[in-house]
Amino acid sequence: MADLFKELEQRILVLDGAMGTMLQAYKFQEEDFRGKRFADWESSLAGNNDLLSITQPEALAEVHRAYLEAGADIIETNTFSATSVGMADYGMEALVREINREAARIAGEAAREYTAKTPEKPRFVAGSIGPTNKTASMSPDVNDPGYRAITFDQLREAYREQAEGLLEGGVDLFLVETIFDTLNAKAALFALQELREDTGREIPIMVSGTITDASGRTLSGQTPEAFLISISHMPLLSVGLNCALGASQLTPYLKVLANNATMAISAHPNAGLPNAFGAYDQGPEAMAGQIREYLELGLVNIIGGCCGTTPEHIRAIAELVQSYKPREYASTSQANTLTTP
Amino acid sequence: MSETAPRYLKLSGLEPLVITPESNFINVGERTNVAGSRRFLRLVKEGNYGEALEIARDQVEGGAQILDVNMDDGLIDGKEAMVTFLNLMMAEPDIARLPIMIDSSKWEILEAGLQVVQGKCVVNSISLKEGEEEFLYQARKIRQYGAAVIIMAFDETGQADSYERRIEIAERSYKLLTERIGFPPEDLIFDLNIFPVATGMEEHRRNAVDFIEATRWVRQNLPHASVSGGVSNISFSFRGNNAVREAMHSAFLYHAIKAGMNMGIVNPGLLEVYDDIPNDLLEHVEDVLLDRREDATERLLAFAETVEGREKERSTDLSWREEPLQDRITRALVKGIDQYIEEDVEEARLASAAPIEVIEGPLMTGMNVVGDLFGSGKMFLPQVVKSARVMKKAVAYLTPYIEAEKDKGSRQSAGRILMATVKGDVHDIGKNIVSVVLACNNYEIIDLGVMVPPERILQVAREEEVDIIGLSGLITPSLDEMVYLAREMERENFRVPLLIGGATTSRAHTAVKIDPAYSAAVVHVNDASRAVTVVGDLLQKERSQDYKAGIKLDYESFREKFLSRGKEKQYNSLEEARANALKLEFTPDGITIPRTLGVNTIEAMNLRTLEPYIDWTPFFRTWDLHGRFPDILKDKVVGQQATQLYEDARKLLKKLIREGQLQAKAVFGLFPAVRQGADDIALQTPEGEDFVFRTLRQQAHKKQGVPHRALADYIAPPEAGVQDYVGCFCVTAGLGCEALALAYEQAGDDYNSIMVKALADRLAEAFAEYLHREVRVRHWGYAPNETFDNDALIREAYRGIRPAPGYPACPDHLEKETIWELLEVEKRIGVRLTESLAMWPAASVSGYYFAHEEARYFGLGKILPDQVTDFAQRKEIPREVAEKWLRPNLAEQ
Repeated sequence: MADLFKELEQRILVLDGAMGTMLQAYKFQEEDFRGKRFADWESSLAGNNDLLSITQPEALAEVHRAYLEAGADIIETNTFSATSVGMADYGMEALVREINREAARIAGEAAREYTAKTPEKPRFVAGSIGPTNKTASMSPDVNDPGYRAITFDQLREAYREQAEGLLEGGVDLFLVETIFDTLNAKAALFALQELREDTGREIPIMVSGTITDASGRTLSGQTPEAFLISISHMPLLSVGLNCALGASQLTPYLKVLANNATMAISAHPNAGLPNAFGAYDQGPEAMAGQIREYLELGLVNIIGGCCGTTPEHIRAIAELVQSYKPREYASTSQANTLTTP
Repeated sequence: MSETAPRYLKLSGLEPLVITPESNFINVGERTNVAGSRRFLRLVKEGNYGEALEIARDQVEGGAQILDVNMDDGLIDGKEAMVTFLNLMMAEPDIARLPIMIDSSKWEILEAGLQVVQGKCVVNSISLKEGEEEFLYQARKIRQYGAAVIIMAFDETGQADSYERRIEIAERSYKLLTERIGFPPEDLIFDLNIFPVATGMEEHRRNAVDFIEATRWVRQNLPHASVSGGVSNISFSFRGNNAVREAMHSAFLYHAIKAGMNMGIVNPGLLEVYDDIPNDLLEHVEDVLLDRREDATERLLAFAETVEGREKERSTDLSWREEPLQDRITRALVKGIDQYIEEDVEEARLASAAPIEVIEGPLMTGMNVVGDLFGSGKMFLPQVVKSARVMKKAVAYLTPYIEAEKDKGSRQSAGRILMATVKGDVHDIGKNIVSVVLACNNYEIIDLGVMVPPERILQVAREEEVDIIGLSGLITPSLDEMVYLAREMERENFRVPLLIGGATTSRAHTAVKIDPAYSAAVVHVNDASRAVTVVGDLLQKERSQDYKAGIKLDYESFREKFLSRGKEKQYNSLEEARANALKLEFTPDGITIPRTLGVNTIEAMNLRTLEPYIDWTPFFRTWDLHGRFPDILKDKVVGQQATQLYEDARKLLKKLIREGQLQAKAVFGLFPAVRQGADDIALQTPEGEDFVFRTLRQQAHKKQGVPHRALADYIAPPEAGVQDYVGCFCVTAGLGCEALALAYEQAGDDYNSIMVKALADRLAEAFAEYLHREVRVRHWGYAPNETFDNDALIREAYRGIRPAPGYPACPDHLEKETIWELLEVEKRIGVRLTESLAMWPAASVSGYYFAHEEARYFGLGKILPDQVTDFAQRKEIPREVAEKWLRPNLAEQ
């Protein structure tokens, strides 16, 4: 993936926006989620967005194309919850590998199509690895603070399976994102390191944490700097923040990362804070206006959108970044020299 | 940012710890280590992780920057204990903010620990002991888990015990790790083995020198690596002579740190300030450490017996007296110097058009500086109280002039606040501190004192049209008083905000019990610095409505969460709990017949004798200075203040001892006793009178094999066929305290007024410690040969316990009445019980004595209604009465 590193040195790369927000527009019903193949599945499948890679591949490809058209350099696979932990809700643990493979394949086809159109602007596919719905360092039971709903090893195995599926489908990089518990992320990084050793393939990794609220900490309580220290043992393409907050609320925490990190910095904030009905109503111009501050301060190398963002948001951001230089950081080659035993 | 980033050792808990060349020595807390703390080992063995967590918390408060956790003990499942304890630590944000050092000699325990901590840990330790392959395998894994690592100077042939062996192993380890597997050198920490000196053995003479020199070599030749070690080993031969040990530790650290040792395990309680070590002692110690003389060891041994503490002289710099008037006044207020304030105020008065302007001008300017410094954490509570003392003195000086000009009432206060300790409660130190700090911020305080009946509070509040009512209390019955008062306020249509504070109060209790009783604002405030902001927000005209509404909502959601969780907790019926009682062995050999049976009185205790028994740590807590004594004196943030406070306290204590204004008395008794039924203890006085202590039994569901305890379990049942004994006591060091405090207060000296009470409290606790020891060694005599220093006493390393009614093992205050009747406490030493069963004078302690080898403190926790009913029947009191007293412990069902 020399190309990715080279592109990153030359310009600010644009990540795509929300997948969920776009899929909502299709108003898929239970039978759409099921498709023919899962017509008789015993549990309800509505809401299993990751399954759409198998049952509604065309819709997915459309969303990817919309983001590529808007100017995204990196698109994310539709696999945020596609681990055995997340799929357990639907009894679909056995489909994890296939879902990831298909999602990567669909995104890959779309990306190649656009790279062919504009070879000077190569497009990349990031395999999205979400946090799962369980936390390894917090108890879900307030009466039993020592209890854990999942172990490191269980997470490590689940992530390994997801990563293998993504790799088979041909992703260019991994994006471990929306990290609200750093221990979960460490299990994912552990799995990716093992995968690297077993396959000999050095797939770049982006890591992106989530600052939950104005406390300025992750849900598991870490400050951004502590978070950065906790994940810096792996050679990473980038570290960054996404979700929970809008662009302007993220600025102080991005500054902390940018001041301390030796790798690239990414950000994909939400379209502002949700309104009273839980919807995001910050428009593309407003969001781009806030992101301009990152660029003025030279904080980021990769920028995109999370909840509530659309191709219009990404278009505004892609146009904006053209007139700015990327943040400078210690050379990626140095950060990447950890000897693999 | 394109230059190469510096390579610092970076660790993390919830917060980062970056160790740079400028960092001070990094202190690793070692008490959460089963090998380092007998108490921790016992608690882990008992599965009492709650108390074990408190040890971790103490370490954090004591200034540890990394917490070492070790569970290597033959009788513990180390892996399970490690995971359980780390998981619990991670649930406590004030503990989890520090990085963890996972300490074990077993790889499986190290790995299990690494799997449950999100931050970047230190692994303690790996070595070449089992060969290169094992060493590199473990290091790779540690790297994958993202931890730093301690390398022991140990290889296939054994532990390094010379300079050459230390550097040989360090270099080999470093090369293997950095060159073979790319381990970042900044994540390597070498433990170069600290071994004792002055052992009398020739081959140990160079132990300190070799360590120090090897440290220097590592830091010069192995780039970016750190050096660590366990310091107390060095003085192992001088166990029992703390003065020498402290000097040895400091001197050793002084040289080792200069050579590059940058972290380590040091018991802060055993450390003298290097500059404070007397020259002759230092010379003898350094002769040994640095191996400077043939006869160094013999000389130090001989000298050690003569070692004594000496006091320092201090000269005063008066150059500030030359500065402009405003600067002098500000300085006097900030530094709390009252010596010159009257002359400065006089100078200001002569320069002003009206005396009131001196207050509104120079004095308020100075107090604003104090307020800003306090608000930004640059001044600490004791200083602010001293500032207030100066301010009061200045105002007192000006008052006659102001009145002469009939200018009264022109000084606008920011608001009027009523403060009171509720009915039945006598504790007021915290309340007084809050009052002083608020007064400093220009609020008018109406302090009604202690044991204030609710009618009086409401009457004064109405007559004086106060803006806020603040309630304080320390004992559990006060909680009910506060609820009652809130209800009364609601009934009488009060709208003023209600502040709740005091040691027994909590955000939970305020949210769940008090807030719903009063529809206007209720706020729990437990420290003085927050009180200022809270009061400010409550009285701010524009924002206060929003603030109050916010607080209400906050408490409401807290309440909902709290109530919904209370219900999930599991309990056992009293019958089940009794069936699972602690079953101890009672043998004639295990029981010592007390040498003196019956009741004894100590009429006039010498305070000087008590002084060494004082546990100073809680004293500093009273003043909002958090940290363990004595290392708090050297704390980076509060050290200077703590030292000043400590000196002031010692000075006042000396005066109290010299002038005899404070008296201490005690009464205690030892009696033949037998367990009665499951939970009671029957005893008989020498006069043949019968008494019964009722004890309460834990009911929260326990893990398999963990008993439901009651204090009665520690006394032999009749079927054991042996005669057992029990004791009880009351000590006070508060006789005369109130008059003294009042005298200081009337002289405008709140600082010493609060100080007297805080000292009396400490002396009472010290008396309890002293008397307990006297009982163990002499009066009961079951431990005639016991020798413990004060540290060991504070750590409760001795046999036997003295639980106090009103505290966790026996939270019902009712049994105090039995003790009072049995020992005739009021008649003999003048300590009486209030209607809430608080002791008066407040600086008093009462409790039981249990001598069984297995007797341990425990927390009763919550109990079920069945026990309340049973307790009422046993005690022959109405159930409602029992419920009233036990309410704080009644589970929400």
